[in-house]
Amino acid sequence: MKILVITELRQGKWNNTSFETLVAAQQIAVATSSTVTALMIGKDVAALAEELAGKKVAEVLLVEHDLLETYTPDGYCVALSQAIGAAKPDLVLFPHTYQVRDFAPKLAAMLGKGMIGDCVGYRNEGGKLVFVRQMFQGKTAADVTFQGAGPWFASFQSGAFRSDLLAAHPSGKAPVNKVAVTLNAAQIRTKPLELFKEAKSAVDLTQAPLIVAIGRGIKAPENIPLAQALAKAIGGEIAASRPICDEGWLPMERQIGSSGQTVAPKLYLALGISGAIQHVVGMKGARTIVAINKDANAPIFEIADYGVVGDIFEIMPALTEALEKAKSA
Amino acid sequence: MNIIVCIKQVPAKDAPLAIAGNWIKESDIGFEMNEPDSFALEEALRLKEKHGGEVITLSMGPERVKQTIKEALAKGADRGIHIADNNFAQLDPLGSARALAAAIQKEKADLVLTGLQSDDHGFGQTGVLIAALLNLPHATIIMQIEVTDGRMKLKRELEAGWFQWMECPLPAVLSIQSGINKVRYATLKGIMAAKKKEIATITRESLGASGELTQKIEKIYVPAKTKQTEFLTGTPKEVAAKLVEKLKFEARVI
Repeated sequence: MKILVITELRQGKWNNTSFETLVAAQQIAVATSSTVTALMIGKDVAALAEELAGKKVAEVLLVEHDLLETYTPDGYCVALSQAIGAAKPDLVLFPHTYQVRDFAPKLAAMLGKGMIGDCVGYRNEGGKLVFVRQMFQGKTAADVTFQGAGPWFASFQSGAFRSDLLAAHPSGKAPVNKVAVTLNAAQIRTKPLELFKEAKSAVDLTQAPLIVAIGRGIKAPENIPLAQALAKAIGGEIAASRPICDEGWLPMERQIGSSGQTVAPKLYLALGISGAIQHVVGMKGARTIVAINKDANAPIFEIADYGVVGDIFEIMPALTEALEKAKSA
Repeated sequence: MNIIVCIKQVPAKDAPLAIAGNWIKESDIGFEMNEPDSFALEEALRLKEKHGGEVITLSMGPERVKQTIKEALAKGADRGIHIADNNFAQLDPLGSARALAAAIQKEKADLVLTGLQSDDHGFGQTGVLIAALLNLPHATIIMQIEVTDGRMKLKRELEAGWFQWMECPLPAVLSIQSGINKVRYATLKGIMAAKKKEIATITRESLGASGELTQKIEKIYVPAKTKQTEFLTGTPKEVAAKLVEKLKFEARVI
């Protein structure tokens, strides 16, 4: 089998999930006696392609064009469909980024194929690949298989594989081969404009050693002071899952998850957070995770070191008190 | 400006999930409008209020789906289209998109909106696939829409706190990011008005948009735990004391 990995940059620098996906490809290749080809797309990115060639891959494909300087779904799909047509891979892997969500399903559909998106792992069952993804916001896992002939398309969730396991090329460097693509400006229908960040963050959650995070279970903004008191007692920062920030109950800069901050504190105390995958990707690297939730089946308990099934409104004040007592003791 | 909003009906958030093969037992649980799609509906209603035109809500699934269409009509959508299909849960993303795209093609829409993803399957591909099948431009994870002279200026959310402005011609397909707006509630007047609004039902077969499955969900299951969770029990006071002790002396994080 030939596995093609489409790597991604974020504003000219490596998006680390590219390497995680390369690790996934290397592992699948070992399990299925396959080869890995890494693909670099953009403008003036030959130096980065050379860097990829130092990894354990059979070949690096370099797709360059003036019109690929800035990402557009049309430009990427036109260029990559040609590159895939030329390279003839059996399996095409992507990191599951916002950018991949934006174009990869279309790329697969242009070739009449399907994509299994946001996978957290895979299994090799006697030569048949089974992809594992989450459903019902992480409450269940699903085993998914491809039907029909390849090329097959799949993306892996951030954190599903460890980028530090990336194997280097055993004997120096893999060849870098340019793939010529035909692309004209009229094929690109959307026009990307300036990039920007909203108001500068006053708080850097990525540096906070202790985080107290609230989710839907907090129910109303009037209840947030209870969590803030707890955060103060523990000496930590307050954070939240997306719905809380969407409601405007806490500023966006305090949002943890795929669209917010990714954190790895010493302690992450999750209050009334169910543990949807979009949130979990942003905090699963925490050293110790405590989850308090009234639903014993909440997926947050899958990753918690300590769990309490109960009412956060009873436990928050009790915990604040116990912490203050411990401090003064 | 005529807008079609694709809305999925999904199991209610707090519904207990009883797994049955590669789906869940549908008896005894409630269903509701997929929350991410409610933001797309709200955005469509706001665009209509500003620019005129019609909002059409499009849903696929068994008979129960009509309840969600009625909810959208009560909030202000003008009419609904129901693609009847009892086997809907077994479709792959491309299969769903083929049927939706075929129904959209029968209408004259300037804009097609979807939510970010569904809270059940969570494929997150429908909008992009509809655009691919109808050969329309698209954009996803949209946080703001401004329409002037047949073009849109869009605010697209990127990762790690970044955003990007972009321009997109009409007609187009957009996937709306959750939280783009504050979703309205249906008024009593709206609920009454909805009773007179049209829901057209077509079967998925009649759309002639079927194709081979590209992927199959073999089974679903409760995921294996990656961590051994120690559950603390007792009164809130006891639990709090135990937890402080664990964090202090076992985990050593406070």
